[in-house]
Amino acid sequence: MRFLLLVVAMAAALTFGAASIAKEAVPMAQDEAVEQRMLVISEDLRCLVCQNESLAGSRAELAEDLRREIREMIRAGKSDREITDYLVNRYGDFVLYRPPLKPVTWLLWFGPFVLLLGALAGLAIYLRSRGRRLGDEPADATEGIDGHAPGPGTRA
Amino acid sequence: MIRYLIPLGLFILLVAFLAFGLKLDPREVPSPLIGKPAPAFELPLLADPSRKFSPAEMKGKVWMLNVWASWCVTCREEHPVLLQFAKSGSVPLYGLDWKDQNADALRWLARYDNPYTLTVADADGRVGIDYGVYGAPETYLIDKAGVIRYKQIGAVTPDALQQKILPLVRELQQQ
Repeated sequence: MRFLLLVVAMAAALTFGAASIAKEAVPMAQDEAVEQRMLVISEDLRCLVCQNESLAGSRAELAEDLRREIREMIRAGKSDREITDYLVNRYGDFVLYRPPLKPVTWLLWFGPFVLLLGALAGLAIYLRSRGRRLGDEPADATEGIDGHAPGPGTRA
Repeated sequence: MIRYLIPLGLFILLVAFLAFGLKLDPREVPSPLIGKPAPAFELPLLADPSRKFSPAEMKGKVWMLNVWASWCVTCREEHPVLLQFAKSGSVPLYGLDWKDQNADALRWLARYDNPYTLTVADADGRVGIDYGVYGAPETYLIDKAGVIRYKQIGAVTPDALQQKILPLVRELQQQ
């Protein structure tokens, strides 16, 4: 993960980081810190043009513009929360790779667990009815000599 | 007997979900700006950069803001619909030339005709971001109080115009 981040950071520094340093003549160390934070924030944001890419990784023009806005907000001393709110206010929750917990997203967050519970309940019901069916049969037919269950095919 | 129908029922349910999923367009991201005031801006006019336009001037009118660009292919497809809409004189149509070169945009308008009351130039795309634009064309319908009431993502089609936009325009004009 850290290696991946480093690669992304290096690629970003090569492609547009260098250009922005050249243009705005910001001290190198400060700009690197801004770039790092921008990458961390934009990793969790969806690019709207190529929807399966994060804002950090996308080469779409709009992604570049949005990264520029994020850089400027970082320089203006905005918090991470303020920056993601800025984007959510314009593009909606869709930009977040981690959607917030609210009534509309309950199905999204809890749906899989509901399905799992349903499946477990179904399994329990099935096993119980199967156990009952087996229990109905004569004991000597279902149990082996030492109390072992007989292998398949021994039951009539 | 019924237990053999359960898999079939589940299969039909699955197919129904998949069929519904196919109809959804993931490219169409619902805008959180609907029902909110149109973001304020002040941008130079495309035809005369020394003059500025701001949406505040449109208070009390229902109007449409169409985001376009000379590099946008779908905008050319949409253009005849907009020309006809402008001719109908239903509501004023304003253009936002998004991330474009002024000279290219002016040439484009001269070539394909100009449906816009006026067009503003958003060269660096900042106003576009404020409006949640993520591609061109996009069109906003704004009411008399300056609130965004509808957003068309992608080309304004004759269908969208007849079935959604024009009925809403009539409703908004009566308010």
